[in-house]
Formats: sequence, C-alpha cells, structure tokens
Amino acid sequence: MTTDSKGAISACFTLRHENFLLDVALSLPAKGVTILYGQSGSGKTTLLRCLAGLAHADTGSLSIDGHHWQGEGVFVPTHQRPIGYVFQEASLLEHLTVADNLRYAQSRAGSENSSSRSLSNQELIELLGIETLMQRKPHQLSGGEKQRVAIARALSSQPRLLLMDEPLASLDAQRKREILPYLEKLRAELEIPIIYVTHSIEELSRLADWVVVLDHGRAVANGSLADVLTALDSPMQQGDAGVVLESTIVSREEQWALMTVGFAGGELLLADNSQPTGTKLRVRIDARDVSLTLSRHQDTSILNALPATVVDVSAGHSQGTVLVKLRLGPKSTAAPDKERQMNAQSGPDRDNGELLLSRITLRSAEHLGLAAGSEVWAQIKSVAVL
Amino acid sequence: MDENLAAIWLTLRLAATVTLVLLLIGTPIAWWLARTRVWFKGAIAAIVALPLVLPPTVLGFYLLLTMGPNGPIGAMTQALGIGTLPFTFWGLVVASCFYSLPFVVQPLQNAFEAIGDRPFEVAATLRAGPWDRFFTVALPLARPGFITAAILGFAHTVGEFGVVLMIGGNIPGVTRVVSVQLYDYVEALDYTQAHWLSGGLLFFSFVVLFSLYTFNRRASTSFGPGG
Repeated sequence: MTTDSKGAISACFTLRHENFLLDVALSLPAKGVTILYGQSGSGKTTLLRCLAGLAHADTGSLSIDGHHWQGEGVFVPTHQRPIGYVFQEASLLEHLTVADNLRYAQSRAGSENSSSRSLSNQELIELLGIETLMQRKPHQLSGGEKQRVAIARALSSQPRLLLMDEPLASLDAQRKREILPYLEKLRAELEIPIIYVTHSIEELSRLADWVVVLDHGRAVANGSLADVLTALDSPMQQGDAGVVLESTIVSREEQWALMTVGFAGGELLLADNSQPTGTKLRVRIDARDVSLTLSRHQDTSILNALPATVVDVSAGHSQGTVLVKLRLGPKSTAAPDKERQMNAQSGPDRDNGELLLSRITLRSAEHLGLAAGSEVWAQIKSVAVL
Repeated sequence: MDENLAAIWLTLRLAATVTLVLLLIGTPIAWWLARTRVWFKGAIAAIVALPLVLPPTVLGFYLLLTMGPNGPIGAMTQALGIGTLPFTFWGLVVASCFYSLPFVVQPLQNAFEAIGDRPFEVAATLRAGPWDRFFTVALPLARPGFITAAILGFAHTVGEFGVVLMIGGNIPGVTRVVSVQLYDYVEALDYTQAHWLSGGLLFFSFVVLFSLYTFNRRASTSFGPGG
C-alpha cells in the first residue's frame, strides 16, 4: 500500500482528535473520480483535509504521481501543493468580485503545473455557466451560483488534483439538480483525478469511478465502483443494494418511445430520453428490482430479462432475504466471437460481463436451488437513468 | 486664542502620530493575539488591556520612572544621544501609545477573529503563502476593524489628560495639549476660554463617535459592489 507507484495516489494517515481516530492506508487511482463515502463523522472530510495539507496528521505519508507531499520529515504546506479544493459551504473571498476571485487563483497558478489538456479559463467559465456573474460580489449570488464559481476558481489554479468536500451538501434539492450536470461534464472533460466526499448515494452513483467507504475513521471498502457496489460483504449492502452500469445508447424503437442501451454482457430497453444515439449513460438497478427465473418467460410485461450466471449468494441484511450476485451475459453455449460482435463495449467476453445484484427471499432461493454457477434469467423491473 | 490654536494643533499632531504608530505596532500584535494558541496568550492580552482599567496617573508614573534619567529606557535614550523623553513631544507619543494601545488592538483583534479560518484555508488552497494571505485576505477583510481602530485610537489620544500631565508637564507648544490647556483655564477661573475648548472637544467627540457608528452599521449590513 505504501509503495510509490507512478500514476497513483498513496495515502497513509493516522490522526487522533478527541474521541476520533482516523487510521487509513489507501492506494487510489490517479485518474477519474474517487468518492470518499460514509456517514457524517466517518472521517471523510478529515481525510480530504489531510490530502490537502489543511489538517496535519500525527503520522502519515502521501505521495501523488511520484511527488512526496508528506512523509518522514516532509510536509509540503497547502499553498505549495498543486491542488484545487472546493469546500462544503460557500467559500468565495467576500471582498472580491467573481472575476477577481477567479483572478486570485489564476495569478497564483504555477505555470509549470498546467497540463496540456487543462481547460482554459474561458472554457471553465462557459462550462460552469458563470459568464453573467463575473462582476458580482459573492453576497449577490445564490448558493448554487457560489458553488459553481468556487468550482471554477478551484480549477483556475491549474490543479493536478481536485478535492471536493460535499460541494452539494449545503444546497437544496433544486440547486443540487442544477449543479450535478456540471459535475458530470467536469468528470468527462478533466484529465486530473478528482477526490469527492459525499454521503449521497445518488452523487456516488452518478460520479464515481472508484469508491472508498469510510466508517469510524477506517476504510472499510476500497475499490472500483462495480467492485464496491457488488461485494456481498460490502457495507454498501446495508442500505439500498444495487449496481450502476455504464451504458451507451445503441438504438431506438420510436413507435414504442423506447431506446436500447448496451453494456458489457447485455442490453436494456429504456424509456427514450431523446438523447442522441451513442450518448454514454449511467443507469442504476436496485437489487430489490431484480427477480430471478430459471427459464426465459415470454408471457410477461417485464421488458428486460437478461441471461446471467450466479456468482455468489449471501444472506441479506434483512431477515429472510438473500442477496444474489450475478454476472450478466448469454449462456455459455454462445460462441465468444459472436458475443464480441454483439456488445458495444470493449472486452465484452463472458467473463467481463457486468455484475448485477438481486435481492430475493430465502424461500425463493431455496426453491430455485440457487448456488454459484446456476444459470438464470434476471428480470429487471425498473432502471433508474442517472 | 493663539495659545488655543497651538494646543489644538499640538493635540492633532500628537493624535495623528500616535494613531499611525499604533496601527503599525497594533496590527501584528492583534494578528498574533487573534491567531495564536500559546498558553501565555491570556497574559499578553491582559497586559495590552491594562490601560483600560489603570488610572492614567499610575501608567504615567511608571513611564516617567522608566523613561527618566535613571530608568532603563532613559539610560538607553541618553546613550543614543537623544536625551531623556519626558517633557518632550516624543515622550508624549511613547506614553500615549501605551495608553491608547487597547483601543487600537482590540478592534483589530476582533476583526481578525471574525474572519475565521476558512478564508485563509481557501487562499492557501489557491497557492497563497502566509504573507500573501495576510495582505490579500486578512487586511481587506478586516477593513472595518481598521477604521474603528484608527478612530478610537485617535479620539482616545485627543482626550487623554493624566498621562500627558505626568510625562509631558505643561510646556506651551511642546506638551501643552487641549486637555491640559483646559485645566489651566479652569485653574485660572477663565471660564469663557474653558467653554470654548470644552464645547469644541464635546462636539469633536460626538462627531467622531457618530460617524463611527454610522459607518459600522453600513459596513455590517452590506459589502457594497465595487467597494
């Protein structure tokens, strides 16, 4: 965990604060969005502050992309770390206009840090939709506008790592819906890694590539979004178990107002959202919306039934239920070559089919005789487009 | 009347000098008091606040001793060839600085404390180093505190009497400030002149405090655009 591989973030911190102990040793990918997920008091903000150097861990080491920011006798102060930080609540400098807030960051941005693919200031202003706010003072902005400016400002300093501490938590539902699309755009546009703190399963589902689950100052899960969501012993299963699939719109059935989205191991029919074919789409399927049959049912109103193989069965967290982990993909009789053509995504052979979770009753599991290796059909009652 | 003008001019010169010196000295003290967590912070804060409760004559007495020919500061100033400070304009400046110190430090300290940690953390994540943060975040955000501190420091120096009498005595044009001049008129039963000076000081004090409260109310309700 503590080896300094290039292209990765390695972080070890021990920090004691009154009754709280943060004790983590993590290796995180240096690209994409890593979500630090957990209830309040789990230490996610403290961990983020340690990464920024705003909190000084009693003992710790931190290296990012081969640069040591903390270790034996080394502590790079916050202002010398090429980071961007978005605070939970509005944090604009009150005495400066929006334009001056951005200029404050731009004028201090180290030119040596700017990566070739970083966004220009004009692109940032457009991406976050703050063109018309530039001459205003912070007290003249709404909460959502302030956060958009704060995000633009954090990125104006040409960071090599973007840290975001529940940037939506202080906003009402309406403002959240207003900002989430901007965050998704950033996720698609930015080359730098983003570490994002949240306790919202929705934000996690929409943004995460990698997930660290924190509980009482410890990392209880650390892995890719799919791995963390589908690990049967994962703490995520205590709430609403489910999976998030990265899919692409492949075709439409206009007379039914439906569209087909494809992903590794299958396709789904969804209500047409009128986005162009080829658009990438995240969908979430809750375990309780997936039922299992041993044979394919033709006489059903359910649109989506996918062949799958049982990977594992475990006792559910609520009494009398089990959680079944499935790998999606046609039966093994299908030739691998054919599958490769069928699937839109890369590496689509049977072993790489997406995982799905199904919560069924213990009685049904016994009745169907489910065990690892069983071939089943997963009937999906509802799919949430994120 | 010439005597009055001389006293008024001396008083304004003294108050302006003291205000300037105190803003320069008081800002780092207030900043340190606002940010530090050391155990002896309370002791330093108490020393700074002492002139608030001490009779000015007590302060004047000790300053007279330390700055006099046999005191440590007096010995030092004599060694430097300046002579001794008591009964000179600069002696008055030094004494007044001690006397008015809390009136400058406390508003500044309150203003710095009111900023909180967050703006400084924000500036640090935007690559601003400690000095940069002080000049681009602390000073502008504490602006209302500076205005309050300057006005209070100035007005309080104008109004002092005990310390001036102990340190400065009563030398026309050198140490005879308005309050001492007023005392002389009353001693001499020259009530007409005393009325003029008293009325003037009363009016001055009211105007200063009135503008202070008006400004502070405006500053707290809005941080106007382009300001």
